[in-house]
Amino acid sequence: MTERKNPEGPGPNGTEDAFPAQRDDTGEVIATRRGMFGANNGGDTTGYGGLVRTVRLPGASQRPYGGPGGGEEGFGAFDEIADELEGALDEQGLIPENVIDKTVVDRGELTFHIEREHLPVVARILRDDPALRFELCTGVSGVHFPGDKGRELHAVYHLRSITHNRLIRLEVSAPDADPHIPSLVDVYPTNDWHERETYDFFGLIFDGHPALTRIMMPDDWQGFPQRKDYPLGGIPVEYKGAQIPAPDQRRSYS
Amino acid sequence: MTTAPHSHSSAGHHTASDFDTAESLARETTEGTVYNVSGGDWDEIAASAVKSDDERIIVNMGPQHPSTHGVLRLILEIDGETVTEARCGIGYLHTGIEKNLEFRTWTQGTTFVTRMDYLTPFFNETAYCLAVEKLLGITGDIPDRASVIRVMLMELNRLSSHLVAIATGGMELGATTIMIYGFRDRELILDIYELITGLRMNHAYIRPGGLAQDLPPGAVDQVRAFVKKMRKNLPEYDKLATGNPVFKGRMEGIGYLDLAGCMATGATGPIVRSAGLPHDLRKSQPYCGYEDYEFDIPTADTCDSYGRFLIRLEEMRQSLRIVEQCLDRLEPGPVMVADKKIAWPAQLALGPDGLGNSLDHIKKIMGTSMEALIHHFKLVTEGFRVPPGQAYAAVESPKGELGVHAVSDGGTRPYRVHFRDPSFTNLQAMAAMCEGGQVADVIVAVASIDPVMGGVDR
Amino acid sequence: MGLEEKLPSGFLLTTVEQAAGWVRKSSVFPATFGLACCAIEMMTTGAGRYDLARFGMEVFRGSPRQADLMIVAGRVSQKMAPVLRQVYDQMPNPKWVISMGVCASSGGMFNNYAIVQGVDHIVPVDIYLPGCPPRPEMLMDAILKLHDKIQHTKLGVNQQQAAREAEEAALKALPLIDMKGLLR
Repeated sequence: MTERKNPEGPGPNGTEDAFPAQRDDTGEVIATRRGMFGANNGGDTTGYGGLVRTVRLPGASQRPYGGPGGGEEGFGAFDEIADELEGALDEQGLIPENVIDKTVVDRGELTFHIEREHLPVVARILRDDPALRFELCTGVSGVHFPGDKGRELHAVYHLRSITHNRLIRLEVSAPDADPHIPSLVDVYPTNDWHERETYDFFGLIFDGHPALTRIMMPDDWQGFPQRKDYPLGGIPVEYKGAQIPAPDQRRSYS
Repeated sequence: MTTAPHSHSSAGHHTASDFDTAESLARETTEGTVYNVSGGDWDEIAASAVKSDDERIIVNMGPQHPSTHGVLRLILEIDGETVTEARCGIGYLHTGIEKNLEFRTWTQGTTFVTRMDYLTPFFNETAYCLAVEKLLGITGDIPDRASVIRVMLMELNRLSSHLVAIATGGMELGATTIMIYGFRDRELILDIYELITGLRMNHAYIRPGGLAQDLPPGAVDQVRAFVKKMRKNLPEYDKLATGNPVFKGRMEGIGYLDLAGCMATGATGPIVRSAGLPHDLRKSQPYCGYEDYEFDIPTADTCDSYGRFLIRLEEMRQSLRIVEQCLDRLEPGPVMVADKKIAWPAQLALGPDGLGNSLDHIKKIMGTSMEALIHHFKLVTEGFRVPPGQAYAAVESPKGELGVHAVSDGGTRPYRVHFRDPSFTNLQAMAAMCEGGQVADVIVAVASIDPVMGGVDR
Repeated sequence: MGLEEKLPSGFLLTTVEQAAGWVRKSSVFPATFGLACCAIEMMTTGAGRYDLARFGMEVFRGSPRQADLMIVAGRVSQKMAPVLRQVYDQMPNPKWVISMGVCASSGGMFNNYAIVQGVDHIVPVDIYLPGCPPRPEMLMDAILKLHDKIQHTKLGVNQQQAAREAEEAALKALPLIDMKGLLR
């Protein structure tokens, strides 16, 4: 450590190499950041107050998707999965472009963004098609993007194929005004509790779920606590001569 | 049946004809059918209950019950001694950890996640750190020594978790001796944790990028001594329980769940392995260099509690094998990524007060390098930024697949972290295991799932 | 609980107090109220190495009706709070509460929507035990301190006087927010 003259500079493993390439030109804007130090009530004397940056999630990828076992010209397992899925959708009389909103390959993971009304069909194909065989669903995780207008609530499913030793992700979105997503309990019974949990925390209503009730919070709880517009709910902590606000009330780096 | 409160007084808001017939008492809402049961109806219900002439009783076990493994509530519908319907009530330990994470830096996150499933802290930490490292794109840069120590701690943790599973499972059957044995051996492992991390539980030792600090002197020797001692102690469980007719009688054929059931309910870990499928993420999707270790995946084909018990015992032996291999593979080197924008600035060292920064580092930032001081301050208070995106990392915890879905919006704090906890998913299989069996077997089945409510409710 | 409460103050009452305290502290029956991480440490305390049996307390009662000490071990969620209060109400008098761990004592690091910020919002607490989780030695220390407290419990008129004195002292004490100076 001592032989380095400038420990703060990017070294051999410095930031430039270590971070994946920033893709500022693709993907939806999910938020806009202003300033640097979270001073949003005036009085920012740092000179960074006028800084405006947009936050974009990784956008759609182009073929070839690659993936493990990638051979010539970058085709890999992800292309196989996508081909099989598109073929099976064709067989069902569906146009793949209408079902799969976009396909994202990021950090070695394949994500299909599915139009919500087609989710059960896609899940059933993914489970039953011998070439796909995603037998195990590891549940649903809700994400709330208040800045992603028209698709605020996302439900993220991870499907694991033990047969082929693969993992993919399905992402479905619903607007805040109409938070309905078809339930996958028919296809993957394991999603029973997971969907109840996502309903409990995000208010996503899974149509067709046998008993969509609160699971974690008390039955009479108001609101959906893990949405971004729901406060953390902490109380200020009194200590000798000082009062420390709850973590969500403190100033934070933007 | 949901009973709407104030059903009588709210009747005024509806037209009178709504309540003319019994059918209209049920009303469809967005959350399902709601039945209004008002005053006089109870007589009818009671009368019909008398008429049906059975011993159908609904028993509520928990949430505070000595043999339900923490604050788990079981709602059993029993006919005589037979369970006809079993349901779980969970959420009594919901802590909101996932929400709390969103208000702390990525590094501080380990302090929270370690308290989720409090019997497998190192698995929670590793899964979380693997997800953060994937988001950062530094998975390949983690030093070997850090990965080896992670594997060693995880395998020790697998031992301690299985010991508690066997100990409390035995206690719930009424076998207190095995409970004393389990906790005796667990203490040995906690001593190692305490030596290495400074804490007996809730360590926050594994950090994004590596480890909080290196092994202290003497740790390797103590782990070696432990492996030797544990090899001697493990056969005691066999002697005490494996062939014990009472133990076998209680567990054999109980909590039956075949492979189709496991797949449907998403059960992983010892449950799916007791159904004969050698599914183990350490073999199929190796992380932390598990592909370089030699170990076997024990399976059973009995699909029952006894099979799961045997699998846990065998996994403990395999874990000891892995721990020994870890000790042989330990090479001197760094335990944190070289990237100074991520690595904690101070080489944490055990100071006279038990923990703290290394004196060399303090001397440097206070005496010679203002930039280093600023950097230290920025990294500790602000943290590092993680490029936007999402990642899923999964590890094979003692209970099954522990998955972490982490989402970043490019900030210094997690945007969303979701834990797919194996206890949560496996507990869904409870109903399939218990229905049709006896009340006493419910306890055995739940003990064989080994749910930890901290993980279930998070 | 009976005759001793009605004794007049003086030598006789003090003697009865001491005898009752000694008897009570020597056979405390804790209720199992394990909630989270601290519950594991509580079980460890009962197991071989730490051996709570030395203090006559190794038998944790499953039924609150047979217990007189509630060790609230772990974070208390909003959903658990009514259950906890019910279990406490089911315990017969005299009863004591140890709030084990920082989550039970003050909510700890989980200052959020789900956790009750201190179990003293629900039940009266006799001993606050810090730590996350506290070591078994710390739990034993808390138990010994509680034994001491039980030993010196006042009865009858003496109890009322002690309660009055304690209230006066608490009213006179400086509120935490007004304490200034070094944080120690």
